[in-house]
Amino acid sequence: MSAFLAIEDVVKDFGATRAVNQINLDIGKGEIFALLGSSGCGKTTLLRMLAGFEVPTSGRITLGGVDLRAMEPYSRPINMMFQSYALFPHLTVWENIAFGLKREGLPRAEIAQRVDDMLKLVQLGKYAQRKPHQLSGGQQQRVALARSLAKRPQLLLLDEPLGALDKKLREETQVELVKIISDVGVTCVMVTHDQEEAMTMASRIAVMSEGRILQVGPPAEVYETPATRFVADFIGNVNLMDGVLSVDEADHCVIDCADCQHHVGHGITGTRGMALSVALRPEKITLSREAPADLFNRMVGTVKALSYFGSFTVYQLALASGATLKVNMNNTRRNRSDEIVVGDRVWAHWSSDAHVVLTQ
Amino acid sequence: MSLHSPSHRMSCRLAGLLRGRSAVIGIPYLWLLVFFAAPFLIVLNYSLSEMGAVRPDNLMVAGDGMLRLALKYGNYLTLFSDDLYFTAYVSSLKFAAITTAVCLVVGYPFAYFMARARASLQPALLMGVMLPFWTSFLLRVYAWKGLLDEGGWVSQLLIATRLDGLLVALGMIDTAGKFMNTPFSLVIGMAYSYLPFMILPLYANLAKLDLRLLEAAADLGATRFKAFWLITVPLSRAGIVAGAMLVFIPCIGEYVIPELLGGPRTLMIGKVLWDEFFSNNDWPMASSVAVVLVLLIVVPLAIFSKVQAEAREQAR
Repeated sequence: MSAFLAIEDVVKDFGATRAVNQINLDIGKGEIFALLGSSGCGKTTLLRMLAGFEVPTSGRITLGGVDLRAMEPYSRPINMMFQSYALFPHLTVWENIAFGLKREGLPRAEIAQRVDDMLKLVQLGKYAQRKPHQLSGGQQQRVALARSLAKRPQLLLLDEPLGALDKKLREETQVELVKIISDVGVTCVMVTHDQEEAMTMASRIAVMSEGRILQVGPPAEVYETPATRFVADFIGNVNLMDGVLSVDEADHCVIDCADCQHHVGHGITGTRGMALSVALRPEKITLSREAPADLFNRMVGTVKALSYFGSFTVYQLALASGATLKVNMNNTRRNRSDEIVVGDRVWAHWSSDAHVVLTQ
Repeated sequence: MSLHSPSHRMSCRLAGLLRGRSAVIGIPYLWLLVFFAAPFLIVLNYSLSEMGAVRPDNLMVAGDGMLRLALKYGNYLTLFSDDLYFTAYVSSLKFAAITTAVCLVVGYPFAYFMARARASLQPALLMGVMLPFWTSFLLRVYAWKGLLDEGGWVSQLLIATRLDGLLVALGMIDTAGKFMNTPFSLVIGMAYSYLPFMILPLYANLAKLDLRLLEAAADLGATRFKAFWLITVPLSRAGIVAGAMLVFIPCIGEYVIPELLGGPRTLMIGKVLWDEFFSNNDWPMASSVAVVLVLLIVVPLAIFSKVQAEAREQAR
C-alpha cells in the first residue's frame, strides 16, 4: 500500500509531558483509519496535529507527498468533523455547510449547487433553513459531516464522530457514516475510545497507549491476534493466564498454567521454562457438565455469577487457583431444561487454535 | 383521602414553594412599583398640567358634580415647537451614540484579550477594570480638566502627535490646541466613565465563547480575521448590545459630565431638565422633558430585551 498520509517520527511535548511519542504511520488513499485508545493516550493530539491546531515538536507529516508543517490550518486540504460537532449556532444548516466554500471564493451558483448536493448526501434537504439547535443529535452529526465534506478535502478527520449519540442511534449511524465516506471516497482518520466504533467503521486500527502505537492492523487481526497483553485486554473481553512453556515443537506447544495445560496448535520461538501469557477470548470457550475427553485445554470451575444479555450469556467460573474464567455462550435455544445456573460445577473447554500466546 | 397522603404533602410543599417564589419576585417588583412606577405617574401627571400660581393643577378636576380628566398637552407642544428642546435631545442622542461607539471600539479588544488571557491573570485584569470605582466619580471626571487644559499631559500629547488637527477636522474641537469645554472633552469624559459598563458584559460574553468554533472556522478555511468577524463578533452580539445599552442609556440623561467637561456646543437634555426644574421652576415643563426622555430610553431598551430573548433562544 502506498502511503498517502505519512506520519514520520512525530513527537509532541506539552511542557514536560510527552503526549505523542515517536509515531510512525502510513495510511493509504481511501482508507478509513481509526486511532483507538483511552483518554489521554495521545490520539486526539495526533489528530489535531494533522488538522494543524498543534505543531509537532519534531517529526514530519506529509499528505500526498506535501509537507504539512508549513501550512496553516485554514490552508490545509484537510477538514475535520469535531467532537460534538462545533456547528456555528448563529448560522443555518445551509450557511454552516456553505461556510468553507465561501472562504474559497467560489462562484455563488457553484456554492449553492455543492451545498445542495451535500444536503442530499446526508438527507437533510428539508432542514436547510434550520438553526443547529433546532435539530436532533443525529441530524447535527450529519450537518457536521456535510460541512466537513463540502470542500472535498483530501483527508477527512473525525474526532469521536459518534460520541454524542445514544447507543441505538450510534449503531445505525456507524453504517451510514461509513457508506457516505466510502461513496465520497475520501481518506479518513478517526479518533475514538470506543472499540466497537473502531472495529465496525475502520479498515485499519491503531491501538494507542501513553503516546505510542502498540499495534496496527485490520480489526479482525487486532482482535484475534493481539500483539501484547495490553491490546488483548483493551480490545474486547479476554481471559489472560500466566504460564510457562513446557513443550515447544514445530507444530504445537504446551503451556502450563495454574488451572490447566494449554495445547496450542502452533510452535513458538521460545525456550522451555520461559514465562508466557495466554489470552483466551470468552466466546471461544464452551461449557459442558461432563468432563471433555481431551486432557488439555479444559478447566473445571463453579459458576459464581452469570449475566444474561439476551443473545448470549456471560458466565464467571471460579477456578481452583482462585482466578476467574469468563465464558460467553450464545443462547441458541429457548427453555433449556439443563440450563447452567449459579453454583453449578461445569467444565470449560476450547480448541487448540483458540489461544493467543503473548510474550509481552 | 387522608390528610397525610403523599399527594397532599406534595401540594402543600408546592404551595409553600410558590409562596416563596412569589415573595422573591414580588418584593423587588413592589419596590419598583413604589419607587419607580408611582413617581413616574406623578411626573406624568405634572407634565400634563400647567404652571399654577402656587402649585401645578391636578389632573382630575371636580366640578358640577362630576370628575373631569383635564389633559393639558401644551407642554408637549412647546417641546416639539421650541428648537431648544429638539436640539438638546438630538445632541444628547448624538453624544451618547458617539460615546457608545468609542467605548465599543476601546472596550471590545480589551474584553477580547481579557477573556483570552491566562486564567490566573483574569481576576487581576478584571480588578483593573473595576479599580476606578474605588475613587469618587466626581473626582475622576474633574481630573480630566487638569489633563485636557492647556499644559495638561493629555493635551500636550495630542498636540505633540498632531492629533488636534484631526479633531478639528472631525468637528470635535473648534481650535487646535484647545480641548476643554468641547464635544471632545465631553466624549472623553463620558467614554472614560462608562467604559467598565461596556467591558464587563462583553467580557462575560466572550469568556463563554466556544473556542472550538474558531478552530472549526479555521479548519474550513477562514483566516483569523475572518473567523473573528464571522464567528466571534456575531456570537458576542448579546454582549455588544448589553454593553451598548449600559453606556448609551445613562449617557443620554447625563448631567454631571457635560456640566464639568462640556461647553457651549454640548447642550444636553440633562442640563435642560435641570434648568427647567431649578432655574425656571417650571415643573410641568421639566416633567414633560423627563417623560420624553424616558420614552427615548424605553425604545432602545425594548430592542435590547428582544435581542437578549433571541440570544437565549439560540443558546438553548
